[in-house]
Amino acid sequence: MDKFWNSLANLDRRWLFALTFLAISIPLLTGIVLPQKVTPMVENVFNAIDELPSGTKILMPLDYDPSAEGELQPMADAFIRHAAQKKHKLYFLTIWPTGVAMIQRQVATLKKEYPEYVYGEDYVNLGYRPGYEGVIKLITSDLPKLYGSDQQGTPVAKIPMMAGIDSIKQFPLIVNVSAGDPGLKQWVQYAATPFDSIEIVGGTTGVQASTLYPYIPNQMIGMIAGIKPAAEYEKLMFEKYPEIEKRPNSNMANVFMTSQEVAHFMLIAIIILGNVVMWQTGGRRDQS
Amino acid sequence: MLKRTVPLIIASIVGIVLILAKFSPPIQSWETEVVMWFDILAVFAFVLGAGNLNLNNLKKISERKAGWGYAAITLLAFWITLICGIGKLGVPPNEQYLGYAWSGSFEAEGSAFWWIFNYVYVPLASTMFATLAFYISSAAFRAFRANNVEASLLLLTALVVLVSQTSSGPMLSDLIPEESTWAIFKIDTIRGVLVNLFNTLGTRAVMIGIALGVVSTSLKVLMGVDQSYLGGD
Repeated sequence: MDKFWNSLANLDRRWLFALTFLAISIPLLTGIVLPQKVTPMVENVFNAIDELPSGTKILMPLDYDPSAEGELQPMADAFIRHAAQKKHKLYFLTIWPTGVAMIQRQVATLKKEYPEYVYGEDYVNLGYRPGYEGVIKLITSDLPKLYGSDQQGTPVAKIPMMAGIDSIKQFPLIVNVSAGDPGLKQWVQYAATPFDSIEIVGGTTGVQASTLYPYIPNQMIGMIAGIKPAAEYEKLMFEKYPEIEKRPNSNMANVFMTSQEVAHFMLIAIIILGNVVMWQTGGRRDQS
Repeated sequence: MLKRTVPLIIASIVGIVLILAKFSPPIQSWETEVVMWFDILAVFAFVLGAGNLNLNNLKKISERKAGWGYAAITLLAFWITLICGIGKLGVPPNEQYLGYAWSGSFEAEGSAFWWIFNYVYVPLASTMFATLAFYISSAAFRAFRANNVEASLLLLTALVVLVSQTSSGPMLSDLIPEESTWAIFKIDTIRGVLVNLFNTLGTRAVMIGIALGVVSTSLKVLMGVDQSYLGGD
């Protein structure tokens, strides 16, 4: 028996890698979707977009990069589909240089799934400006000063939906998706908190969530932190707007969630096994 | 004088203007100006960064230091990307200015820069991040041990958070009736306590501490006491 525990204590980590690969890839390939229980915070985030009257101006800063795309893209997709379903006016921008490509993905989704959405009238891509949180600070008082043109170089004066936009105080809601600093924290601190007229909801990675919880509910309505809340958001969206569910890849958070579910239970099993091995061998390795 | 006194005076003036602008409505527009300077300066930070990247890597190559081949690849990747971006290779003109070949954005769909980003950078960055999952499972097996009370508490908390981030965990624990005395062991309840009480309390304490530290350091910078940002002691 000792031999068995010793062999486990000296387990080649490639077995664990193989197990991880299978735990993540098999659910992804099967596309199985598990039922979700919607939590109150996700409901609050959903209602923040849903209860706004059609045609409301929403600022959508997408501050993330491809490394966080797996976790954040499904929630960004859900936000954009939901907002477009409600016919809100969408203003994209980013304070991350890599965020431009993330906005391009959302614009592609809008063009494909909502062909009635007209660029410059229903949505605009203001692109990236350097300056990190300095950008947020500046556009709270003077947006055209920094954004004289859109991502394509078209002067904002020629973009109909930019008419009359002086600062982000004219946006009742900010929907930010962020993977780090500067991101959701700075949007809360510099945009939403100083001005009563601006509300904010966000999407962020699971690891960032703990630093953002203190802002809820007084400074931020709520947030989607990680894949699980994103899957819950999709569920709420599909219940209210069943036509969205029929679109390809509209349930990616739910598909990813199944992978995460299996991976988490695998991790729990591995942790328990690791501890059992420790108790059985007294924490010794390489005894054979 | 130019190296230390002038930057100190600029930092002090800018800081004082920002503070005064916050409390004095007539000069609030000054804040916009100062923040605009910051945004413009941030652009130059990229130039400095690029200069440093080139200098350090060229030095590594010329001295044939260990890993100089990687430095060469870094420089090659940097220059190819830069030329594709600045040269706007493959960029279609802006629809508003069709007669001008360079009027489009360097990141326009189909351009060389766009291609590099989507087919080189995206797969590399995603792969790097995804690799973490494999190391986490290996570390969970070898290092996440209940060796003592503190480690056991951490382990227990981690297990609760892991289960709470699944669909079935909270649903199964919901089978415990609300009126039962065991209801406090529902996953969502435990997670709520962990997140809303322990995490929020701890994080707020850290944030308040950081904020006080920032105020104190800022005052030192404004008064010229702290000059460490100039590279001195």
